[in-house]
Amino acid sequence: MRPAHHPLSEKGVRDMLLSGADILVRTLIEQGCDTVFGYPGGQILNVYDSLYKYQSEIRHVLTAHEQGAAHAADGYARTTGKVGVVISTSGPGATNLVTGIATAYLDSIPLVAICGNVPTGQIGSDSFQEIDITGITLPITKHNYFVSSVEDLADTIREAFSLASSGRPGPVLIDVPKDVQIMQCEYTPAPPAQPQPPCAAKQVRIEEAARHINEAKRPYVYFGGGVITAGAQQETLALAETIDAPIGCSFMGLSGVPTEHPRFLGMQGMHGHYASSMAMHHADLIISLGVRFNDRVTGNRAKFATGAKIIHIDVDGSELGKTVTEVCSLRGDVKLTLQKLLELVQQNEKPEWAKQVEEFRAQEKASLDMREGMTPRNIICALNRHLLENTAVCTDVGQHQMWAAQNAVFRKPRRFVSSGGLGTMGFGLGAAIGAAFGTKERSVLITGDGSFGMCLNELATAVTNGVPVVILIMNNGVLGMVRQWQTLFFDKHYSNTTLNRKTDFAALAHAFGAEGCAVSTPQQLEQALSEAFCCNGPYVIDCAIDKDEFVLPMLPPGGSMDDIIVKVGD
Amino acid sequence: MNRYTVAVLVRNQFGVLNRVTSMFRRRQFNISALTVSETETSELSRITVIFSGEETNKQQLINQLYKLPDVVSIQEFNADNSISCELLLIKMKNDTATRGEILSAADAFGAVTVDYSKDSLMLRLADSSRRIDDFINLMRDYTILEICRTGSISLEKGSTTIRQIINL
Repeated sequence: MRPAHHPLSEKGVRDMLLSGADILVRTLIEQGCDTVFGYPGGQILNVYDSLYKYQSEIRHVLTAHEQGAAHAADGYARTTGKVGVVISTSGPGATNLVTGIATAYLDSIPLVAICGNVPTGQIGSDSFQEIDITGITLPITKHNYFVSSVEDLADTIREAFSLASSGRPGPVLIDVPKDVQIMQCEYTPAPPAQPQPPCAAKQVRIEEAARHINEAKRPYVYFGGGVITAGAQQETLALAETIDAPIGCSFMGLSGVPTEHPRFLGMQGMHGHYASSMAMHHADLIISLGVRFNDRVTGNRAKFATGAKIIHIDVDGSELGKTVTEVCSLRGDVKLTLQKLLELVQQNEKPEWAKQVEEFRAQEKASLDMREGMTPRNIICALNRHLLENTAVCTDVGQHQMWAAQNAVFRKPRRFVSSGGLGTMGFGLGAAIGAAFGTKERSVLITGDGSFGMCLNELATAVTNGVPVVILIMNNGVLGMVRQWQTLFFDKHYSNTTLNRKTDFAALAHAFGAEGCAVSTPQQLEQALSEAFCCNGPYVIDCAIDKDEFVLPMLPPGGSMDDIIVKVGD
Repeated sequence: MNRYTVAVLVRNQFGVLNRVTSMFRRRQFNISALTVSETETSELSRITVIFSGEETNKQQLINQLYKLPDVVSIQEFNADNSISCELLLIKMKNDTATRGEILSAADAFGAVTVDYSKDSLMLRLADSSRRIDDFINLMRDYTILEICRTGSISLEKGSTTIRQIINL
């Protein structure tokens, strides 16, 4: 199964005595891993020595902080669909991974995190830099391992790769004590571990779903990150075409179908598009694919889509019926299940429903923010003109994230990289670096001055490695999203959201060895973008915006479609 | 709120009890009784959990437990389809005034005297949780020095076994 040019085959190496550290690195290589992100330290030194030894076969990207490494591995995984790998030392190195692992867990991203630990004889004695990382990461990993014997190491890593990418993907952590890295044992190369083979939902359920779909008058296709994971873009579009249904997606579904596809209405939820929210609200059947009906999507669950039946297809059975009542639940791979479903659904046109959806679109268009100047929408639209098909658009968390989700144009799956479930401020720059490695192209980071303040140390990583990242800071001097809530729900008590910082981001970029400039007009922005998209390394654009821009529309937390805010009065 | 008895068959590895009980904690279920032991094969352990909660939450919990790689299968029991049993050790104050009544009660319940000294006596009773409750309530009329119960264990009636249950 291994390609003939594989170095292990060439050297004819079989069953040789190797240290645990060498076995660890060789198993990573054997599993098809060519890039890892990490940060060295005392209890992982042996592994770093092996990384030095095998540097021609596996690239290690040194970050500024372990959290940045975890986010980079995450961004790499999101853009490639491969398992991302992050390596850290014990103690603080391991705990610094926690936010990165949790981010990947909530967004179902395949990640293998490898930590060193103190020698097995010292475990449990509160040694220097000893921490119970398997205990800490128990609720934020699919599974984790403490490797107590070097004989188990290679198979543990193989199992971790398989587990991380099987079914609903997620992070797996492997804790490797120092003595296990030093001890030697026989190493036998193995082919890359395969995820458990996907299977379609039960035929009887598929037939039931087809009956509901064939009876529906106003069907709506609603997909999420599961469609991207399963690679089910074509099937999703084919279903919508066949039954003449509009399409919407969850935040995690963005880039799953091309933004400009005529059937695509946009994102659902708290800051979703008006047209897609209205279409979902008025549908009589919601065909949901690889979604989990998060509270940010449903609002008040009791009032969510009361007029519609819900069909739910997901690879993770525990998501079915978890938060909403479903008329038909199908546990199975979305792509395979849709392929079988497509054989059973009848092709027909639904002109009345299509007309109604067009009206929603028209209403949305009429309420669009058409102001000129440096509005959030205009800024993202200016950026859109520079995006290539393969450009990964990464974000941090906050208002800029929602403006990006609403306005950025995606042409290809896996090109929107953002922390949806955990909402991790500081995710963006690490992820954008990982995305650039993953796509082998320039990536884009849309961030805010608040979020950027949490991860800007990774500018050093981008500069050192010559990673081209266009960093667009939507700088309003406030924590905009929290401020928006304070404006709407807390009587404008702007408690601790006015940053009042004097940071000169362009000068900061220069200090890191990056390019950077500040812009405050559309012309300056255009000029800066043109330069940034030619730059060989990171380029920071400090883009001034007003502190009272809102993310609209907004479905207030726990509200229903009747409560939607489309405009905020002065 | 309903009361549930669930057996979880798991791979016999360190940390596995923590993984299973952690799932109960994360879903905010309070475990009222828990037993763990090796099974007919040393590779598998059986965890029997008794807890209270809502039906939908319980189902969600079971679904989540199935996602743990160490979980082999899960079986839910009710009184009709299963036999349950719990073990009690109870240490009573021993004095001439109450000794006779305690021993006759023990006799009536089928409890066995397993330790006897001038000041104390220890009784052992294996029975359903309800019968054990009843016995303890009876003993409250005297002086209880110490109680230890194992929590219930359950097996389904008939030839079906937990290992024959296929995931979901």
